Amino acid sequence: MRSRDIGFRLSTGAFAFVLASIVVAIGFELSRQSMLSIQKFGFDFWRTSTWDPVAGQFGALPFIWGTLYSSILALLIATPVAIGIAVFISELCPRILRTPLVFLTELLAAIPSIVYGLWGIFVLVPAVRSLEIALPDSLRALPLFSGPPLGVGMLSAALILAVMVVPFTSTVAREVLRTVPLAQREAAYALGATQFEAIRAAIFYARTGIVGAVMLGFGRALGETMAVTMVIGNNPQVSASLFAPQYTMAAVIANEFTEAADELYLAALVEIGLVLFIITLVVNGLSRGLIWTMAGRKSGRAAA
Amino acid sequence: MTGQIANPSIRLKAPTPTARPTEGAANRERDVKIDVEHLSFFYGAKRALEDISVKIHPNVVTAFIGPSGCGKSTFLRTLNRMNDIIPGARVEGTARIDGNDIYAPGVDVVGLRRRVGMVFQKSNPFPKSIFENVAYGLRINGMAGSKAELAGRVEESLRQAALWDEVKDRLQESALAMSGGQQQRLCIARALAVRPDILLMDEPASALDPIATQRIEELVYDLKKAYTIVIVTHNMQQAARVSDHTAFFWLGRLIEYDRTDKIFTAPAEKLTEDYVTGRFG
Repeated sequence: MRSRDIGFRLSTGAFAFVLASIVVAIGFELSRQSMLSIQKFGFDFWRTSTWDPVAGQFGALPFIWGTLYSSILALLIATPVAIGIAVFISELCPRILRTPLVFLTELLAAIPSIVYGLWGIFVLVPAVRSLEIALPDSLRALPLFSGPPLGVGMLSAALILAVMVVPFTSTVAREVLRTVPLAQREAAYALGATQFEAIRAAIFYARTGIVGAVMLGFGRALGETMAVTMVIGNNPQVSASLFAPQYTMAAVIANEFTEAADELYLAALVEIGLVLFIITLVVNGLSRGLIWTMAGRKSGRAAA
Repeated sequence: MTGQIANPSIRLKAPTPTARPTEGAANRERDVKIDVEHLSFFYGAKRALEDISVKIHPNVVTAFIGPSGCGKSTFLRTLNRMNDIIPGARVEGTARIDGNDIYAPGVDVVGLRRRVGMVFQKSNPFPKSIFENVAYGLRINGMAGSKAELAGRVEESLRQAALWDEVKDRLQESALAMSGGQQQRLCIARALAVRPDILLMDEPASALDPIATQRIEELVYDLKKAYTIVIVTHNMQQAARVSDHTAFFWLGRLIEYDRTDKIFTAPAEKLTEDYVTGRFG
């Protein structure tokens, strides 16, 4: 019995170790493969905007910008919708609608990203284009809406990302809300809370878990490749405009990897992969930290 | 089913005419705070309470006792319509508080629950600071007023719940860092903050150690000067210690309701006697 316990501990420990070492190995290999570009450009790689494979000049800022901008926009759009769906399904929805709704949101998560991309090209982009054309000139003067109304661009990318993120965030948020004890809602009701106030109390109780759900969605948006590549316009520029065609890290790797002829070009693309890897780790670390600090105030411990 | 205190013979069928209590607290007992008539309660098709009639008097402590599943908690929760949040729950009969039927159409349930406070079996503080827990009900009911007023109400409530001296220096700390007994008194303070006139307590001490239990019981004794208290307990000694009147429930029916000393020393019903002497339950 004792030796079996030890064996069990060792084997499960080995799995955990393998997982950790895979993360380290990915980081190591990405660094090794991109060494040429790291040595040549150093920190300039992160902050310059020229992406010129012919001249051998590589700066990743437009891609970093495009990835973060599109993901943050997607987060802003998706979070209220996802939490709304989660609250509706877990608190308000008539029992008969519950199962179909849960099924549908989970189905949305299962659609391959290339299919989202096709839908984006044929439905979303034309719709966004007509919206952009309809925008009054007074608003078009703002930097947020500058540039020609192409349809493809940041807004389309953010919208498609939001649609893809909603099922993840809402599913996790729904599960988190389900774990809120009935006693919390009853406590609110017993003090004269309306249903809205009781739901707010439940959301507050579950807030760390909901932040986790939002961050999960953010992580997904950061790495999403195919659908974004198909609608963002693939133009490396740092622009605040929602209409401007831009580019993301994942998209440039997908588009240019096969045609990277010389070693420096290849190394630069791998370094973009490394940057994406680091940003994803940092975002996850920050969200972990956020959850920990919220939970660490003891008040949130029960909700973790 | 019976309704009135100090009625010498308890009849199970017809509601009894109002009888005058012959001794003690005569004035208080002539007043009726909660008047329930022929109340039945259903979870879907299942009947959990059957034809309950009872008059509960102001400024006394009324205990509901009975074995698990006898309906005492369910009945308590019909008095602030807490059962409304359970899908498929249904009530028949009438329940009046201060003469107003709380199940009449158009009744403001939110306002009702503010006037009829409730403390639960397991303490359920919000994951907020001690101060914010007590302030919560004031805020949602628009009773917060100025900052100083709010702080005053919070202090007053914590004092009423005999908790102020223990927490006055750490009001901003999380309520979840308190001991179980303190959390339960915090829940009492939170309920008192919105100035209810009835306080329903659903086995408030069942999860607490004897010392914390004693503090809750002392508190109940103090609070009855200002509040009408209904307490559900499975602990017969507790009912005997804290209550003035006791109602014995069994299988969703009210078997006997009388002064507490009478229930425990000379019950009219054989079932009550068997229960209070520990023959079942």
